[in-house]
Amino acid sequence: MSRRPYVREESWRWVLRHPRYLRYMAREFSCLFIGAWTFLLIVGLKRLAEGPQAWEAFLAALRSPLSVTFHVVALAFAVYHSITWFNLTPKALPLQLGESFVPDRLVSGAHFLGWGVLSAAVLWLAGAF
Amino acid sequence: MSERTIELEVLRYHPEKDAQPHWQRYSVACREEWVVLDALNHVKETIDPTLSYRWSCHMAVCGSCGMMVNGEPKLACKTFLRDYAGPIRVEPLAHFPIERDLVTVIDDFMDKLKRVKPWLIPAEAKAIEAGEYRQTPAQLKRYKQYTLCINCMLCYAACPEYGIIPKFIGPAALSLAHRYNADSRDGGREARRDEVAAYEGVWECSFTGACSEVCPEHVDPAAALQQEKIENTVDWYQAHLMPWLKK
Amino acid sequence: MARSRKPIVWGPFAAGGTLTAFLTPVLMVLTLLAALGHAPELLAYDRLHALAGHWIVKGALAGTVFLSLWSAAHRLRITCYDLGVRADTRVAVLVYAAALAGTGAAVLYLLRI
Repeated sequence: MSRRPYVREESWRWVLRHPRYLRYMAREFSCLFIGAWTFLLIVGLKRLAEGPQAWEAFLAALRSPLSVTFHVVALAFAVYHSITWFNLTPKALPLQLGESFVPDRLVSGAHFLGWGVLSAAVLWLAGAF
Repeated sequence: MSERTIELEVLRYHPEKDAQPHWQRYSVACREEWVVLDALNHVKETIDPTLSYRWSCHMAVCGSCGMMVNGEPKLACKTFLRDYAGPIRVEPLAHFPIERDLVTVIDDFMDKLKRVKPWLIPAEAKAIEAGEYRQTPAQLKRYKQYTLCINCMLCYAACPEYGIIPKFIGPAALSLAHRYNADSRDGGREARRDEVAAYEGVWECSFTGACSEVCPEHVDPAAALQQEKIENTVDWYQAHLMPWLKK
Repeated sequence: MARSRKPIVWGPFAAGGTLTAFLTPVLMVLTLLAALGHAPELLAYDRLHALAGHWIVKGALAGTVFLSLWSAAHRLRITCYDLGVRADTRVAVLVYAAALAGTGAAVLYLLRI
């Protein structure tokens, strides 16, 4: 018997093989929106440095249907990034107290709580409500 | 006892006759409590004795019968037919070359398993008369789950990074390295670092998490790899930016 | 075998991933409110200029921009490889350079505030 192993090459199509790989891709694609929004932040800093008129023009330019659409989609991806990140945190940083490990749900839960408190504090300090 | 007929589609490959693999369909009268492995055994005994596949214990301990069932890496002995509607497609584990039918070539994995030095390397060797290396229950618990691996390679079939970067040492072998690194009796972290912290080590992992989802023993390889990434990053920054901390 | 220098790029990626998980959504809400024509008080020129004029805030903003861009760049690099772009070194140089250029620009503008 002679051996002649058959090799199956992997292409990009693994992404479609199971929903978990699409979820992974959605998580990774959040980087495009977080990156794009950060560049928007940089433009905002530029306009802020240029003076009151430039800043007002920047705020006015933000008010467009395209900008609202971008913000809504970017926010959805950013929130998805946060959820996946906090859900995976206990795997990367397991916490052992005495003999047993703190349950993953508690470690994640503490992060979600901190995220909520921080977000509310920022909104309050910014005078959003 | 209830019986029903299922359609089993098996990817066949004969190295001396076939240029490439092809699907073969079998109708199998099976019982309610059968798993995929029972159906394969039934085919081999009554329909087609040329069908080749690996199995041994039939109780999810030996790790031999890993295969793709409807595209998902599974142990054939732990996958109940009743959980599937319609034809069931059985293929050899993804990302491994096919030796014949459902039998894969696993030399790559066996080689990587050895490379991570999966044995205790005591920091200071003790004479036998000096007694055993003692450990508290808490110290045992720290690495226990990573001892449960049965080397079934389902995680390699699920890992997209192993599929596109075959040099990647991969989930099971790196988890085993972590199992020894996390053992209080072990002092071999530095000896394993050449493999674990290599370009082909933990750094090819992108935390897809698929390995942990398919692992039949709940080893959670993804967790082991992230912990190794963090440890190796801290080590690297200490060695390069804070040399005064070097012991 | 050669040990990887990946910790250099992975450290800021992990830090940036954590920072953006905590902070980016709420900051996006602020600019979303502005986009909807309900800019919160903080985004009024005088208040924001005064706030961004403090050196601690400048440092925090520069750090946020760097870590956000770096973690996004690192993820984009891996996604490119996942989707079949095999010129990893070229992609890496491109995305990390973009992150550093963005950070440099942000520092420049912050110094002018």
